[in-house]
Amino acid sequence: MASRLPISTRGWICASTTKVVGTGWRWDKPLLLMVALMPLGILIWSLFAGQLGANPLETLTHETGEWALRLLLATLAVTPLARLFLWTGLYRYRRMLGLLAFSYGVLHLLCYLWFDQGWLLVEIGRDLLKRPFILLGMSAFVLLLPLAATSTDRIRRWLGARRWRRLHRLIYPAALLAAVHFLLLVKADRFEPLIYLGILLLLLAARGLPTGCLSRRSSPRTS
Amino acid sequence: MRTRRPYSLPWSQVTPEKTYLSRRRLLAAAGAMLGGGLLPGLGVASSRFAGAPASRFSTDEPLTPLKHVTSYNNFYEFGTGKDDPARNAHTLKTTPWAVEIGGEVTRPATVGLEELIQPAHLEERIYRLRCVEGWSMVIPWVGFPLADLLKRFQPTSRANYVAFETLYDPEQMPGQKRPVLDWPYREGLRLDEAMHPLTLLTVGLYGNELPNQNGAPLRLVVPWKYGFKSIKSIVRIRLTEQRPTTSWEMANAREYGFYSNVNPEVDHPRWSQARERRLGEESLFQKKRPTLMFNGYGEQVAHLYQGMDLRKYY
Repeated sequence: MASRLPISTRGWICASTTKVVGTGWRWDKPLLLMVALMPLGILIWSLFAGQLGANPLETLTHETGEWALRLLLATLAVTPLARLFLWTGLYRYRRMLGLLAFSYGVLHLLCYLWFDQGWLLVEIGRDLLKRPFILLGMSAFVLLLPLAATSTDRIRRWLGARRWRRLHRLIYPAALLAAVHFLLLVKADRFEPLIYLGILLLLLAARGLPTGCLSRRSSPRTS
Repeated sequence: MRTRRPYSLPWSQVTPEKTYLSRRRLLAAAGAMLGGGLLPGLGVASSRFAGAPASRFSTDEPLTPLKHVTSYNNFYEFGTGKDDPARNAHTLKTTPWAVEIGGEVTRPATVGLEELIQPAHLEERIYRLRCVEGWSMVIPWVGFPLADLLKRFQPTSRANYVAFETLYDPEQMPGQKRPVLDWPYREGLRLDEAMHPLTLLTVGLYGNELPNQNGAPLRLVVPWKYGFKSIKSIVRIRLTEQRPTTSWEMANAREYGFYSNVNPEVDHPRWSQARERRLGEESLFQKKRPTLMFNGYGEQVAHLYQGMDLRKYY
């Protein structure tokens, strides 16, 4: 575990909430950020190198959408992994993963509004009313908006932990909407979207398992 | 309507001959570079059908570059990704190839491809291709009217429709190992649509044999219908009394009708059909172009559907 510092196991476990550690510069988050932005970098490079294939609009839309969904699943994987394996160091990355998912979602939406619809509001409105998958995708985005907007520590404190947590449960319907959005838009081959949906359901179900049940340690050593 | 006359200048007369020839050479070279050993037929035998005369049905719009035509394909027999067919279609063996022609004809037969194609009758047709997914291309096909073939086998008076089938062989077409569609791929036309001079049985593009991923060795091109009607790698043509059911209709009848004429006013549940993205030339920031009724071939084909409610018969 890269984030382990020579203080104590306890400090390491509680790092994300109690801020016992984290005074020095740590490279794990910048590294995660760089890795997660690599797909975007490759897309932009390919765009200018003319390497996006015959239909750049489709490639950009699909890739940004799929990365948004993948990162949303990664965000949702943090809690069950941390709880079931008592791997609490993971909580450190949850906010960044969530914001990255949101950012890819913004790009995905922009591809649709700009490249696909050319900001023709009438047609966008018609699309929303006529095509359930557009409505679902847009709803997922709308649900993620307040989460991204309340992601800073200061706003979290201002809201109070309980209210903040309740608000952030919106990620569950958002992820479900996003996964079904993908399922509805494919023409015939439902294999890939079903895998995403399956992983999502697993991650949601895993929240019902008792804390630490997959860990070799019998009970959490937080006290 | 974009073009007032049903015939427009052939491609070779629009472009000065010198430019035209050097462009041809460039494209052939690009094809060879792109294809290498991967794409049989491309770049190996250079311009096999180069002599095919231009057609009065050709459009003079800029062509979609060959690399896009051969690398961006919906051909689920080789995978559902757009780049899958270019990668996987090398397993298709196109020689020998036979086509069974039967049903309501007086002379049913199974005919080898060489016998089916009469080189003297081949012509180049530059058609717009509009996919139901909202993109379009302009492709110089080489082929001959389906009507010529059907007449040779003499449809009976009971023939009302023509049913087509793609090869079914999961060894050659690995995509058929998964039940994405009800294989083999099936398509159909009404007899008058099939006999229409625009309906082309196609053996080549850009002056060469069809690359496998584009439906070698024999495919249909029906330019006023969405692309999926233009069935690829045909092994069976049957004339029928009853309307045949098509693969996409079986998969989702609400979304894919038997007619599937390009129609900007009849929306598909997944995609608005009002506009399209012309691949290869347009910048991402350019607005999509409006889609034309019958893909711009209304003057030639609208009479086929006179009195029909095209919302009902989509």
